[in-house]
Amino acid sequence: MDIIKAEHLSFTYPGDEDTKPVQALKDVSFSIPEGSFTAVLGHNGSGKSTLAKLLCMIALPDSGRLWIAGREMTADDTTEEDILAARREVGMVFQNPDNQIVATIVEEDVAFGCENLGIPPKEIRRRVDEALAAVGMSEYARHPSYNLSGGQKQRVAIAGVIAMRRRCIIFDESTAMLDPMGRREVMDIIERLNREEGITVLIITHHMNEAARADRILVMNGGRIFADGTPAEVFGNPLRMWEAGLDVPQTTELCWKLRADGLDVPLDVFDADECARILAEKIGGRR
Amino acid sequence: MNAIELEHVNFTYNRNLPSAHRALDDISLEVKSGGITGLIGHTGSGKSTLVQLLNGLLKPESGTVRLDGIDIWAEPKKIREVRFKAGLVMQYPEYQLFAETVEEDIAFGPKNMGLSGEELDRRVREAAAFSGLGEDLLEKSPFDLSGGQKRRVALAGVIAMNPKILILDEPAAGLDPGGRRDILGGIKRFSRESGTTVLIVSHSMEDMAMYCDDVIVMAHSKILMHRPTAEVFSRAEELAAVGLDVPLITRVAAALQKNGVDIGLDVYTVDYAVGKLREYMSASRAPELP
Repeated sequence: MDIIKAEHLSFTYPGDEDTKPVQALKDVSFSIPEGSFTAVLGHNGSGKSTLAKLLCMIALPDSGRLWIAGREMTADDTTEEDILAARREVGMVFQNPDNQIVATIVEEDVAFGCENLGIPPKEIRRRVDEALAAVGMSEYARHPSYNLSGGQKQRVAIAGVIAMRRRCIIFDESTAMLDPMGRREVMDIIERLNREEGITVLIITHHMNEAARADRILVMNGGRIFADGTPAEVFGNPLRMWEAGLDVPQTTELCWKLRADGLDVPLDVFDADECARILAEKIGGRR
Repeated sequence: MNAIELEHVNFTYNRNLPSAHRALDDISLEVKSGGITGLIGHTGSGKSTLVQLLNGLLKPESGTVRLDGIDIWAEPKKIREVRFKAGLVMQYPEYQLFAETVEEDIAFGPKNMGLSGEELDRRVREAAAFSGLGEDLLEKSPFDLSGGQKRRVALAGVIAMNPKILILDEPAAGLDPGGRRDILGGIKRFSRESGTTVLIVSHSMEDMAMYCDDVIVMAHSKILMHRPTAEVFSRAEELAAVGLDVPLITRVAAALQKNGVDIGLDVYTVDYAVGKLREYMSASRAPELP
């Protein structure tokens, strides 16, 4: 089943006296199967974040059709109730950890969303404990939230979304402000939520190494879908990625440049050890 | 000549309180004039504290901070001068824009230094050019610009003050690869052409590898190493032990060595790796000498 299905979506930011209207999405169609792990790439202004806003029903498309968990959001008879229901399916984690922590104690922060949904206290207690365990933050349950590291704060924000039982979570550059360790922590959690809990994951990122961990990559450029495929397919065409102002993982770039020397090396290997093993085999390592 | 010298500098937050936390522990450091130095370290390693000491926002508990050979706290009343000398571009500086036009925003700093007229105008235009902002943008409201352009306005505002030392905290965070190249390339050009010493704080090892001449690694409130870029990244295991990474390409070089292809460990850009592998291949193809 598709948790998200979009057909010919377009969206324009209205202008005012000083600014012209900007068409951010142009005729975008795609679907996201339940349980999948998709990365969305694109340079700044390519339409990625606008797409995320539409998928969380923060904004409504100007034209085209959109279904969230089987409910159409764009039909004439779509009600407020349908939209609220859709928002309960798709959650979002933002970029800045400091902007999404609302409570002073970790477990209260995780409970915040559930409290707003009117869930009974006993049930909230159970969900908060489970969510904190899922992100490896149980021992911090009663800690103050303000002096956690950036990576820990993002994990608390993720726990808040898990506790609300979202079937799909969109991560909008959620690792951009973290140090390498924090980034790894958060990426590992995201991957586990997808593989073990079956939560559908969409990550918006500028880090090609993170995108390489997804099952599928959607590349946005100029408000349109520019490329759509597995990481091997998308990164396998570095010239096209550079054309869109993007990069490919360094292993791909290395192999692509070595192909000019007649070496038959793959472009879809993103792991350093694997890449080195293949290169050594082709070149013939001297021991 | 050293642009920055720190001698046995200590700094503790919440001193004399139960929550006291030592952020800098006996730091000594020398940064030469005119280069680009990277500063890396995991969250809480002391990077931001160090940066704030350099332009006098924080005062060391003990030890000396010298810029261009002058102790910045020798005359505490003149600390304002120090802040003009060491320009600090904070993280996400685009949130600090406030003026009605790009030109006014860039001019704010130099105006406060007492500049006016032609000199002010020249500074604003030069700074805008270094930051990659076209003349046509100067009359616009900064709030109508894209995120990347806004950040360049903030950068231009500090460059226009003509600092001796330019300190940038995560200048490329949140930008796409093209935006990163634009802003970091502009900073490099500015440094080369004006001779300004640049200190960049970043978590992006790939960017550090591309743009920095040398790298300072901080861990647990101390300096773990301060060496040329290639040497720092060749010590991958030590970096990993303090929660840092090396560029993916450096890890490939290390794995190649384990597989019997030794192109050295000081590999930190793809083009350098390609060159080294080509050398390796032509050497192994060459006929053996009798």
